[in-house]
Amino acid sequence: MSSLAGLRDLIRLAARRDRIMLVAWVYVLTILVVSTGYSFKGLYKTEASREALASGIGHNAATLALAGPLYNDSLGALAAYKVGTATALAAGLMGIFIVIRHTRADEEAGRLELVGSTAVGRHTALAVGLVLAAVANAVLALLIFAGCCVVGLGAGGSAALGLAIGTCGLFFAAVAAVAAQVSASARGARGIAIFVLVAAYLIMSAGAAAGHGGGRWLLWASPVGWVTQVRAYAGDSWPVLALPVAAAAAVAAGAALLASRRDLGASLVPPRPGPAAAAGSLRSPLALAWRLNRAALAGWVAGALVYGAALGSIAHNIGSLLGSGAGVRTAITRLGGQSGLSDAYLATMMSIFGLVAAGYAISVVLRMWSDEAGDRAEPLLATAVSRLSWAASQLFIAVAGSVLVLGAAGLGAGLTSGLRGADVGSQVTRLLGAALAQLPAALVVAGVAAALFGLLPRSCVAGGWTALALAAVILLLGPTLRLAQWVQDISPFSHVPKLPGGSGSPAALAWLALIAVALGASGLLGLRRRDIG
Amino acid sequence: MTEVIAVSGLRKSYGKTLALDGLELSVAEGEVHGFLGPNGSGKTTTIRVLLGLLRCDGGAVRLLGEDPWRAATALHRRLAYVPGDVTLWPNFTGGEIIDLLGRLRGGMDAKRRASLLERFELDPTKKARTYSKGNRQKVALISALASDVELLILDEPTSGLDPLMEAAFRDCIEEERGGGRTVLLSSHILSEVEALCERVTIIRAGRTVQAGSLADMRHLTRTSISADLARQPAGLDRLPGVHDLDVQDMSGHGGRLAARVRCEVDTDKLDGLLRQLTDAGVLSLVSQPPTLEELFLRHYAGGGPVPPPAGGVAGAGNQQEVPA
Repeated sequence: MSSLAGLRDLIRLAARRDRIMLVAWVYVLTILVVSTGYSFKGLYKTEASREALASGIGHNAATLALAGPLYNDSLGALAAYKVGTATALAAGLMGIFIVIRHTRADEEAGRLELVGSTAVGRHTALAVGLVLAAVANAVLALLIFAGCCVVGLGAGGSAALGLAIGTCGLFFAAVAAVAAQVSASARGARGIAIFVLVAAYLIMSAGAAAGHGGGRWLLWASPVGWVTQVRAYAGDSWPVLALPVAAAAAVAAGAALLASRRDLGASLVPPRPGPAAAAGSLRSPLALAWRLNRAALAGWVAGALVYGAALGSIAHNIGSLLGSGAGVRTAITRLGGQSGLSDAYLATMMSIFGLVAAGYAISVVLRMWSDEAGDRAEPLLATAVSRLSWAASQLFIAVAGSVLVLGAAGLGAGLTSGLRGADVGSQVTRLLGAALAQLPAALVVAGVAAALFGLLPRSCVAGGWTALALAAVILLLGPTLRLAQWVQDISPFSHVPKLPGGSGSPAALAWLALIAVALGASGLLGLRRRDIG
Repeated sequence: MTEVIAVSGLRKSYGKTLALDGLELSVAEGEVHGFLGPNGSGKTTTIRVLLGLLRCDGGAVRLLGEDPWRAATALHRRLAYVPGDVTLWPNFTGGEIIDLLGRLRGGMDAKRRASLLERFELDPTKKARTYSKGNRQKVALISALASDVELLILDEPTSGLDPLMEAAFRDCIEEERGGGRTVLLSSHILSEVEALCERVTIIRAGRTVQAGSLADMRHLTRTSISADLARQPAGLDRLPGVHDLDVQDMSGHGGRLAARVRCEVDTDKLDGLLRQLTDAGVLSLVSQPPTLEELFLRHYAGGGPVPPPAGGVAGAGNQQEVPA
């Protein structure tokens, strides 16, 4: 087929470009699934403990809405319930990122024009993205199958779970292929595809929350619902797997049709004209930083609010959800809590929001480097904007944005957990406080990225995200893996008081804040002294 | 005359790569100064040092009388910069970026902004991601030209512009000169530099190889001569400063034409050659001064050994050639 000329060479090029990113995605997702299966095996040893957990989940619409239906109380089914949907969503994200990166992002950057002028077919770039996404998802399915088999969850169910997750990733890769035709910018295309992913998740949630009621059919209406309908470890409905595969093929064919009807660089949604002059307020580095970050910040805050509300809504029933296993209770208590299982659960969730806020702050800090490496900082710094005011503006957005993200999470969790209890007002105050207590720790992690940006700019992207990954691993797996105390002490989140409910030293927060300030300041000082670009 | 840019002995290395190796540059107030050099010779690095974005490893740099590294922010109120490769925030419109950069420099002339938009035929309502390279260049140019500043630093400002827009750019620079602004113009387009600049600095491999006024530079180089003569010339090959002499005997062709002479002559030895030629009865004479391109090629063709650093290239009006 001439429209696919050059496919093999370009796939090799793409695989080389993405070799680290692809391996990292597949590796992390595999670990997520397999380690959950492994830890469940230790936590729910007895039949009774699994039964109690399953009945707790099955009677709570909110938990079902979060992760989908639970079909039986086998170890495999519980593990699949716990991580299946989340991993399928992540696999969908992986598919979206891969496809957009090799289609619209390359087209927008002009690389596709250069490549397209060689003996390369019209559909080759699209095919490269889809093939790469398909391979990544196939490997992911295979590794999940192998890993879960090794853990001892049963071969049939492990294969079903792996394939359900992999085909979900494949379907959203195809959705991204259409989105890449529809929007003229990579950012817009990613937004469209992720919107479809979130909508599919919400439809699945509604179907799962309906229990055995009338809305059950919604599970069939959503590609994320299909993952749950495969019933891994609970009967393994193999024919369901044909649904995502067929849908992916149909959607990809649609993308190919759209691609053959449009010009290079063109889109179905024409770019709209904007203002001919800048708003009067756009006259300072801070105004620029706000303008560059406001859309993303709105997304993060809305996400934190919704996710916080969802997690808060199940806090009240957390006792029944965890079942009677003493192991679970000690695990949760070890994870953070000191009094009251519900508070312990909320405290753990707040640390996770601390990680989320750190991730947000790092993304804002690293925007400076992408502006510098992309030559957008140069004309800006050639105006009367000093390096210090440029960087300080961006750091201000990182700090203020983190406050908003944490505040939204605390507010959402406080509202829903308060409504199920009695006192909304005091619960909101408690959880707002608990969420904001994570701020200094989150800023320490982001401070590492800021310090590296000033002192060793070329390593700031890798270093910043590594710091976050390290904190996440210690926070989430440290207690379960029984890491030595000094290792756990590396993560700033280990020093945050367990709130709500627990006690802790406010002095630790002050120290963390001081360290964050010191890291930020060293970054600024480094930036003042080094070469730009 | 005040020196707006005074650079001497400038050195800068990136790790083991030596980017600038004793560069000299002097730009006087109110002049349009051409800054020439092949790719990778250090033009952009020099400009980044002038903007205080890079810290130099050695040498002296003064911009508008101050140290560009220490006084960067204050100096940036007095200058506007157009990078050679303009990248813009993709979801800002051209108009927004023009205003933003102008305001951050400390203010711009709204009337001038409007007239420049018209002259360069730029649609300011389009998002930057939809602009072609030429249009992105126009955004940076309009913003710089409309700003109230004393000095313009332009790094290959017309790359990507079509010939009509290039002409519009030349008109604008002519006006700037009339308005007394100083312009440092780094360019590859020699005809543009020839048309706009009184003085040029030519660099190579991080060193200044020639600096001075175009007129003086021409004087030190060769003029090509082509003459038809009525009689056979005598002794041309013994004249000092004559090169590549080619005398064709045309007496067999009938008419008054007896010989055709082509040669190159060192411009300061032109007089002697012309005397000899007129003695032989000049029928027609074509004398071509060296183009900037020839000057340029002389320094770069063949990639010969890098000349030693220019010792003290002097200020305005003076001219020195560094022996290659």
